[in-house]
Amino acid sequence: MSTLGKATSKLPLFIFLTPILLWLFLLIVLPHIDLLRMSFRIENDYGDMVWSVSNYLEFFREPIYWLTFTRTALYAIIVTFLTLCISLPVAFYITKVAPPKFRGFLSLLLLMPFWVSELVRIYGWMILLRESGVINHFLVEWGILQQPVEMLYNDVAMTMGLVYTSMLFMVVPLLSVMDSLDDSLIEAAFDLGSNMFTIVWKIIIPHAMPGIASGSIVVFMLSLGNYLTPNLMGGKNSLWFTEQIYNQFIASFNWNQGSAFGFLLLVLSSLIIFIGLRLTNQKLSKVVQ
Amino acid sequence: MEVDLSVKSVSKRFKSFVAVDDVSFEVEKGKFFSILGPSGCGKTTLLRMIAGFEEPSEGAIYIRAQNMANISPNRRPVNLIFQHLALFPMMNVADNIGFGLARRNESKTEIRKKVSDILERVNLPGFEAKKIHHLSGGQKQRVAIARSLVLDPTVLLLDEPLGALDLKLREQMKIELKKLQMEVGTTFVYITHDQSEALVMSDHVAVMNEGRFEQIDSPQNLYTKPASPFVARFVGDNNRLPGKIVGYADGTAELQTASGEKLLIRTDRQLTPGVQAELYIRPESVILEPAQELPELNRLNVLVSSILFDGANTQLLVESPASDDELLISLPQNRQYEHISVKDRIEIGWDARAGNCFPLP
Repeated sequence: MSTLGKATSKLPLFIFLTPILLWLFLLIVLPHIDLLRMSFRIENDYGDMVWSVSNYLEFFREPIYWLTFTRTALYAIIVTFLTLCISLPVAFYITKVAPPKFRGFLSLLLLMPFWVSELVRIYGWMILLRESGVINHFLVEWGILQQPVEMLYNDVAMTMGLVYTSMLFMVVPLLSVMDSLDDSLIEAAFDLGSNMFTIVWKIIIPHAMPGIASGSIVVFMLSLGNYLTPNLMGGKNSLWFTEQIYNQFIASFNWNQGSAFGFLLLVLSSLIIFIGLRLTNQKLSKVVQ
Repeated sequence: MEVDLSVKSVSKRFKSFVAVDDVSFEVEKGKFFSILGPSGCGKTTLLRMIAGFEEPSEGAIYIRAQNMANISPNRRPVNLIFQHLALFPMMNVADNIGFGLARRNESKTEIRKKVSDILERVNLPGFEAKKIHHLSGGQKQRVAIARSLVLDPTVLLLDEPLGALDLKLREQMKIELKKLQMEVGTTFVYITHDQSEALVMSDHVAVMNEGRFEQIDSPQNLYTKPASPFVARFVGDNNRLPGKIVGYADGTAELQTASGEKLLIRTDRQLTPGVQAELYIRPESVILEPAQELPELNRLNVLVSSILFDGANTQLLVESPASDDELLISLPQNRQYEHISVKDRIEIGWDARAGNCFPLP
């Protein structure tokens, strides 16, 4: 009786779990195992595939690879930080300052750009920023510039594009943590003699930490793995590591080298997130809730 | 006597709604002043104006003779204890209490010493490292009080801080708060809707209704000599007997109820014959089955409709033609009235000096 009861109670669990397990296994685990296997294989002088770590060694031997790699990591961190600096006041304004009846509308405004695809949004930016673009046109028209300047294809443009692309993913978790912040805590801090700076630093940021951490993880991973924005807005001057991976797979047709790079990127992102969580004293299980 | 807080004709309007309407009062140094009123009477708005979170639409607030207009809350010599305490959950007890001291740039050793002193004072010695969510309701209460008291404010404002506690603890904290206030000698301004809290703790109580002060007086006077029907109804239990004044001579008025009973009232108030009036009688002023020889007694024959047993506060509910509402009468639990049961007809009486009579406008 009891075994039957247990078996029947577990059946629905399996029914609902099977699709997600299949999805995880077939589309995530299986391809990654194959990529991992590929990253340790090279073609020897006779044209046979053999086991080797030289795909990984190649990364350290050639400075362009590891320089792009550290550059990508650094810029992803900068993008995450900038996104946070912009999103924190935005989230605070929407939850605490704006009249309650406008809150839904303001959140919708944030969401709206995401109704069009990232590609279209980036092309929008390019129309604005390029040498023959809208901004240059007006700057020249008004006599501020003598002749148009190229605003695209540099690190600043790329960083801005990445911040713009990932802002929503920071604002949404911040909105929910800010919403749970009791207004009286801010008032109490004010009453006890704080100024605006200490209220933000001692009350708002510590309270919002789980949201900051989860937003930062998402933004960091999205930026690190972004291909479109660095490629279109950064151009040749701002190399992103995903472009190196793309080149290996598509241009050089060296899948083994590409997989090795892919795994290096995976290790890098996991490592930086781990360090970030450690530094801010957060637990991953709490952050992803 | 030095005046710590002086509120002069303060009003607060939110669009067309008047939350606080021309309120004035003064609180002397070291006094426990309560503002008692039903929810929505404007008492929280008044307190928030004193703390600086709202600006008065009219009037001025002075703390130690200094005008507080345009001084932000973080620079006023007052501290507010919030209704839900607003302790910082991300900090431990010591950091919560030391928060205000750290904002004043006091040294670490100084802060540590003051925190441990104040914790001693509120009976929580050694609680420095505890997390806020590990504290019980009463302990949180004390930490919140310590957090404000450690800053040595001129006036400490308390916004119904005992509201969230259960009854037993509330009774205990009431006494503790009063003792603490007497020890530290800080001026307290306490707002509450619980008349017992106001009466037990305060030196002076202001009764507030619809944005106005109805009466500012000592707890004793508030109870025995209410200045308005609202105060009579709101502070303590009271029975209302409406009627018409039919005679007045030498401080004794005669009130005739709708059912024809004539009741004598000894009062300082001038009551002109012919006006409609309300007589208020406290449940404990009523004598059950009064002896026939007692003089100057108003007597009514009533029907017992129920007995509300509540230990020392046991009460009888009786019906009388003199009042539309049932009358509430204290029933002492000294076995003298054990024979009274529901559906009995009994006689009740009260002294002509016992009631409070208000002419209706």
